[in-house]
Amino acid sequence: MTEKIELLKPQRPVGIVGYGAYVPRYRLPAKEISRIWTEGQGGLPVTEKSVPGPDEDVATMSIEAARNALKRAGIHAHQLRAVWVGSESHPYAVKPTSTIVAEAIGAVPNTQAADWEFACKAGTEAMVAAMGMVGSKMADYTLAIGMDTAQGRPGDPLEYTAAAGGAAFIIGPAENSVAEIEASYSFVTDTPDFFRRAYQKYPEHGHRFTGEPAYFKHITAAGETMLKATGTTPEDYAYAVFHQPNAKFPQNVASALGFTREQIKTGLLVPMIGNTYSGAAIIGLTAILDVAKPGDKILMVSYGSGAGSDAMVLKVTELIDERRDKAITTIAYVERRTEIDYAEYVRMRGKLTMK
Amino acid sequence: MDIPRHWRLRKQRYGLVGEVCESCNAKVFPPRDICPECGKEAKTLYTFSGHGEVYSYTTVFDAPAGFDETAPYTVAMIKLDEGPLVTAQLTDLENRKVEIGMPVEMVTRKLRNATDERGLLVYGYKFRPVMN
Amino acid sequence: MHEVVIAGIGQTAVGEKWDISLREMAFYALEIGINDAGGLRPQALYLANMLGPALAHQSHMGTLVADFAGLQGIEAFSVEAAGATGGVALRQAYLAVGSGAVDTAIVVGVEKMSDQTVSNVGAAEATLTDSDYEAEQGLTPTGQAALLMRRYIYEYDPPEYAFGGFPVLAHKNGAANKFAMFQKAIRPELYQRAGMVSEPLNMFDVAPAADGAAAVILTRPELLPKQFAHPLVRISGSSVVVDTLALHDRPDPLVFNAARLSAARALEMAGKTKHQIDLFELFDAYSIYAALTLEAVGYAQPGTGWQLTEDGRLELDGELPIMTFGGLKARGNPGGATGLYQAVEAVLQLRGDAGGNQVKNAQTALIQALGGPASTAASHVLESIS
Repeated sequence: MTEKIELLKPQRPVGIVGYGAYVPRYRLPAKEISRIWTEGQGGLPVTEKSVPGPDEDVATMSIEAARNALKRAGIHAHQLRAVWVGSESHPYAVKPTSTIVAEAIGAVPNTQAADWEFACKAGTEAMVAAMGMVGSKMADYTLAIGMDTAQGRPGDPLEYTAAAGGAAFIIGPAENSVAEIEASYSFVTDTPDFFRRAYQKYPEHGHRFTGEPAYFKHITAAGETMLKATGTTPEDYAYAVFHQPNAKFPQNVASALGFTREQIKTGLLVPMIGNTYSGAAIIGLTAILDVAKPGDKILMVSYGSGAGSDAMVLKVTELIDERRDKAITTIAYVERRTEIDYAEYVRMRGKLTMK
Repeated sequence: MDIPRHWRLRKQRYGLVGEVCESCNAKVFPPRDICPECGKEAKTLYTFSGHGEVYSYTTVFDAPAGFDETAPYTVAMIKLDEGPLVTAQLTDLENRKVEIGMPVEMVTRKLRNATDERGLLVYGYKFRPVMN
Repeated sequence: MHEVVIAGIGQTAVGEKWDISLREMAFYALEIGINDAGGLRPQALYLANMLGPALAHQSHMGTLVADFAGLQGIEAFSVEAAGATGGVALRQAYLAVGSGAVDTAIVVGVEKMSDQTVSNVGAAEATLTDSDYEAEQGLTPTGQAALLMRRYIYEYDPPEYAFGGFPVLAHKNGAANKFAMFQKAIRPELYQRAGMVSEPLNMFDVAPAADGAAAVILTRPELLPKQFAHPLVRISGSSVVVDTLALHDRPDPLVFNAARLSAARALEMAGKTKHQIDLFELFDAYSIYAALTLEAVGYAQPGTGWQLTEDGRLELDGELPIMTFGGLKARGNPGGATGLYQAVEAVLQLRGDAGGNQVKNAQTALIQALGGPASTAASHVLESIS
């Protein structure tokens, strides 16, 4: 890469005006899955994962996260000019999740609405688009959500981590933001490490192929480029958060880029809630915003299979202190837990065949 | 599939939008157009806070068709902070522990699991114990 | 209004009638009723049915039953008001005959529950609530009763098993009724051990949905056959009152206001006080409804209706006999026919034909059918003419 990298920067400075997280209350311990499928043998990628209740899906979870974001933003829902939901588990194959969310929060009808999909980076994808919409002054406020109720085939390694949760962000002018998004950068190639064909219930993946040529290549390249293009070093950041499909990958990538455990631990939620796919990197960001101080710099890099990464550099503003307590904190959702066993999980997730 | 019926009710169901009586300021839910307090017309939309307390509740073990996949489930009457009683399921209960007077808050959830895989997903209000 | 007398009654055994169809059951009750009336032919048929369209895939049932009975050419249509259907249909006939518009009318109540699975019957019954705001939340009529029972317990703190007196009494009285679904007394321990249907409502707090058909023929006294075989019974009071459909729309859900108003209006019309009633066929679809009804009609203070089951006060030889043939709990609850079973049973009492269930010197009876949690209440006062 000898050419000069142009970062994605809006003409008008933009930022996160309000944010909100959501994690369902049920938890399936990884050792419970291993009890069923490996008789307890082998290492576990997470401690436990979140499981949506029988009455929850990406629409209902997005609605709650969006309501939290609105509470923090302190704006009316009808000021939103776009409602975007990124997910790989939209409730309908055809019919937008975003209109359900827009209707429920009271944003209709004078708004744009659309669903996004890019495996685990659909949420940051919507955020980048929102930056463009606000940055170009097409709109003052837009809502970008990344939310998933991920499914792994019973017995598949993905079943240990495929979890539910995510976050919502109201993107608006930097002067009304709790964190300014200084720049973003996206790195994308065609790398089929993970996919789900039409009409299939569970995804396929390339096992070890999902690691080096997929996750590590894209997320490292995006992170390195971002640091280089912004002329920053890891020491300039108070926090960093990387897509977290398991506990190990984000820690390895952090260390490769030169970040410490201390910098990533606040956003590293995967051991407690599993991989929330489109929600994974961004829910880590909400946990950071819940505790960050004005002036703190944050690096976030997502990763979506297929494959690509969006990197963002954020700077926390003075407004954070007055807004973060206006809605339920991310850690409160993480700590709220009802443990379930594999049988309850099978029933709740519709894996019990009735016909 | 009752598509228009559910569609018409989306505002009430998703966001607990009822009415306020312009004559006596009574808040009305479900919407009924005639104010139950003063008998005058009440057609101005009013969005409820979603906060209230449990007035009564029951756990349904013999669920009717359409709800059998989620049985047993808990249905309650909720006394909303603004006055009216509303019938709704309770969700996110820890061990089904409920008490009359327990503070609850509205959440939007799937009202029933679509037994028909081709059918419309119906979303609406439920209540859960208040999260602090 | 003209004086209206009951010329004939008919009932079929209540239960799970696998081998009889809806129309056959209705016809049997009708035929028994017409024979009981000495062959008197009706000019109008009012068909009481609650859930035929949902459970039997049959609407237009007034015509169906009149046609099946060979009564083409008369007036006929069906009436529906949830559990109050039978009482509301009886009032329809009373108004028709009392006004002089019709000489002789027959009311036929019929319900077929056993053709459907329990969960389908539950879904059909749920349509009797406010479909958009109650049923869609998973509430059923049984759930409504459970909500009321829970709140009642919370507000009045009765002893555990306080409502058990109602099903125990119902089963005791049902034991001598050969038309009853359950003809066996139960011990209180059985109630105390029963499994939950909809907490805190247990299996014995709920009257069983059943198949059944009953009929009553009304006419003016001068039109009775010359050799009329029975002591005469007349309808001296009739009232139908509605409340809010949904339970949550009431200022105080524990007050059965429609039950109160409709009983008071029927009694006033008959020139009777509630203390001049010799027996009260109340609507014990759920034991909590029996308690709330006794409170609404004024026999007990709020929160104390269950106490009346103590000391035999509601038994056949007590001060206010109720559920004299087993009530809904032991006789069974055949939906739209239930209000007519109540009428038939009251007539048997007033004629002195109640056999082992006879209330001594019964002269005046109050019957009341409820649709939902008294969302509709239909009350009638029946009197023997001596």
